Amino acid sequence: MSERRVVITGMQVLAPGGVGTGAFWDLLTEGRTATRILTFFDPTPFRSRVAAEIDFLPEQHGLTPHEVRRMDRAAQFAVVAARDAVADSTLDTAALDPYRIGVTIGSAVGATTSLDEDYRVVSDGGRLDLVDHTYADPHFYNHFVPSSFAAEVARAVAAQGPSGVVSAGCTSGLDAVGYAVELIREDSADIMVAGATDAPISPITMACFDAIKATTPRHDEPAHASRPFDGTRNGFVLGEGAAVFVLEELTSARRRGARIHAEIAGYATRSNAYHMTGLRPDGVEMAEAITVALDGARMDPTEIDYINAHGSGTKQNDRHETAAFKRSLGEHAYRTPVSSIKSMVGHSLGAIGSIEIAASVLAIRDNVVPPTANLHTPDPECDLDYVPLTARDQLVDAVLTVGSGFGGFQSAMVLAAPERNAA
Amino acid sequence: MSHTTFTFDDLKRILLEGSGVPEGADLDADIHDTQFADIGYDSLALLETVGRVEREYGIDLESVLGDATTPRAFVDVVRAQLPVQAA
Amino acid sequence: MNASAVVTGLGVTAPNGLGVRDYWNATLAGKSGIGPLTHFDAASYPARLAGEINGFTAEEHLPSRLMPQTDRVTRLSLVAADWALADARVRPAELPAFDLGVITASSAGGFEFSQRELKNLWSRGGQYVSAYQSFAWFYAVNTGQISIRNGMRGPSGVVVTDQAGGLDAVAQARRQIRKGTSLMLAGGVDALLCSWGWVGLHAGGRLSTADEPTHAYLPFDDRADGHVPGEGGALLTLEAADAARARGARVYGEIAGYAATFDGRETGLRRAVELALADAKTPPGDVDVVFADAAAEADLDGVEAYTLVTVFGPHGVPVTAPKTMTGRLYAGAAALDLSTAFLALEDGLIPPTVHVEPADRHGLDLVVSQPRAARLRTALILARGHDGFNSAMVVRS
Repeated sequence: MSERRVVITGMQVLAPGGVGTGAFWDLLTEGRTATRILTFFDPTPFRSRVAAEIDFLPEQHGLTPHEVRRMDRAAQFAVVAARDAVADSTLDTAALDPYRIGVTIGSAVGATTSLDEDYRVVSDGGRLDLVDHTYADPHFYNHFVPSSFAAEVARAVAAQGPSGVVSAGCTSGLDAVGYAVELIREDSADIMVAGATDAPISPITMACFDAIKATTPRHDEPAHASRPFDGTRNGFVLGEGAAVFVLEELTSARRRGARIHAEIAGYATRSNAYHMTGLRPDGVEMAEAITVALDGARMDPTEIDYINAHGSGTKQNDRHETAAFKRSLGEHAYRTPVSSIKSMVGHSLGAIGSIEIAASVLAIRDNVVPPTANLHTPDPECDLDYVPLTARDQLVDAVLTVGSGFGGFQSAMVLAAPERNAA
Repeated sequence: MSHTTFTFDDLKRILLEGSGVPEGADLDADIHDTQFADIGYDSLALLETVGRVEREYGIDLESVLGDATTPRAFVDVVRAQLPVQAA
Repeated sequence: MNASAVVTGLGVTAPNGLGVRDYWNATLAGKSGIGPLTHFDAASYPARLAGEINGFTAEEHLPSRLMPQTDRVTRLSLVAADWALADARVRPAELPAFDLGVITASSAGGFEFSQRELKNLWSRGGQYVSAYQSFAWFYAVNTGQISIRNGMRGPSGVVVTDQAGGLDAVAQARRQIRKGTSLMLAGGVDALLCSWGWVGLHAGGRLSTADEPTHAYLPFDDRADGHVPGEGGALLTLEAADAARARGARVYGEIAGYAATFDGRETGLRRAVELALADAKTPPGDVDVVFADAAAEADLDGVEAYTLVTVFGPHGVPVTAPKTMTGRLYAGAAALDLSTAFLALEDGLIPPTVHVEPADRHGLDLVVSQPRAARLRTALILARGHDGFNSAMVVRS
């Protein structure tokens, strides 16, 4: 049997700045930002008061009152994105063998926002040591174990194949899609509905990132608070969102005449085995993941036209991945545009990896490199081409997108233009 | 909170509570001028320590801590933030 | 290409035994770890029994620096990982770091740690939240800490599929071995026995409210009325068969087949079993023992029994549920069953299902009361997660 190749035939993005792929791509290509003073609750007790929030009304996106009640916001995002992605693929999943359709959903922090509120109630505002189960939400188990996210998506798309949540911190969005690719390649499924979601903007999340000063305190300029690769950066902006894809085996996608958005040509993940939150400045493990992903794609580093960076906006990250790009791509790193969309849509933890895959796919579709917004002050230690402020028209046939997460996870994925398959 | 002093022993107590003892470290040795990293306390341990000191002593260290990378420097910075003891 | 993955080490932390030997001796003796909850005062909750691990002192096994930054689940996971590596006689530091990976299953993360920090947040304010909260509770923490402690820099990750997760994690580790990674630690451990976790476990329903440990968790029994939650689980050392043989490792057996399905209009459990057997190229008649999921809830027991009768015939294969001695361990459940299966294959002894009087209507040959000696070469392990996750794994000695 010849090697099974995996392509994206459907996608949908829910990101700050607008629901839907169109609104998302307009924001990025126009270099606008969706970061603002946090509105979901009073942010004044917190060190960081900026967030990238989605204005999301679930019933406008087809969720029923029961679905809204039983699902955490992140699950709602995932279900909406999954249904839309399947519609985009034009697949009639109900007419297919459900056991050949699987689901993998990435999430770093699951239903943490619901859990925060659940705890506040069952503990009576933190007063009780022994929390009172009689006040628990009837759907609390869906918050308790986030595999409920994959279960909701599987039911929504009538999948009965291998399904689950992948949770590797902030690389979850790459790893969930990478896991799905492996399932198709090994012939455990023909179609995977794969992506990631997180809706972490809650008091406990703000407080825990405050405690390690990972998020920016720049609330005097909320729209310009996320500054990856800029010399004045001082932390990331917490965001939320989801992106979900329909992945198919290439020959069956071609057979049905599907529109192919891109091929997932390579993927790898490695661990730094160094520190739960810290990064070694040499970027060795991310470089290894990049090299293995390129090998899997049978591509030379010089074939990469654009690098979609992790670019969270912390000093240690920016230096770490700049080193990783140089180590893995050599001289080509200096010739390749690198940008961080987190400058515009913030950092939605486990979701962002999938949202960045979507940005990479759109860059290939339109031959446009999205910019790094808010990049005015170069950092001498970050000396690559970070595409400041303005999108750039150029041929984009292959994109490298990377992620780096708490726990030491370093992941890399290579996406390629569908024309590469035309042979 | 009306703490007016902060000593090396206070720092040691807070380090132990919040970050434990690094393997092979002897906190009773003269480590006043040893880098925290060399004692075995990483950036996370320092952040936890700063948070605990700020809460217990009712002070804000973020803007003043700077390069206080040794116990002696840390104690000095904290002391400078405490209210002056009444005569 | 497609290297076979074998298990060369087991690390077990269970309510009825710490370490493989303790656990296996207790399990063969029918010794249960289920008793009244002592970690907190459960008098006001409907369910009051649990499979607690008592006598585990993390400080005896782990460095002081890790204590303030770890939940109980991470401490148990780190120790299980240490034991799984030691059992395999592997020193990770002596091996190429990128060739070593970690995949764990998680359910609810470090819930007790989270409870303390949520209490700090809501009773005192955000500035009282620990610097360690950002990772100590989250689902990836056990994999992260295990990789750091052992210098394992290869492909690593975390799967969350409720109680099916232990098998899914091991299957994901097998994928990495097939793709060329030489050693993986995989499995799952859970520890949710704090009052906040107890609320979550109640929300899942199906908890036994019995006060008598011998009447509390009775799968495939007409008296079945829910399960008892427990803590602990297992990590397993997996290696490529060739590499394990080359270094003369003791091999417990091979991960021969696996499949996962999700319930839809019909239950997916039977399909998972059939696909796992097909993956292992094993006809049903070659299976010598089944480790059941054993929900102890009438409908779910019925589905599992019907599946086994359909595939193997009435009373067609010995079935057991040693988890009646530990309670259900959530992310740790299936990984412990998998470890138990390898121990059973090694000794030719099927461990018992305790306290259960099997209901005739299920048509199962349930091994009850005491171990049954048998020639064991192939075992099937089943695991199900809340909401419809089904996983099946076939192992061979």
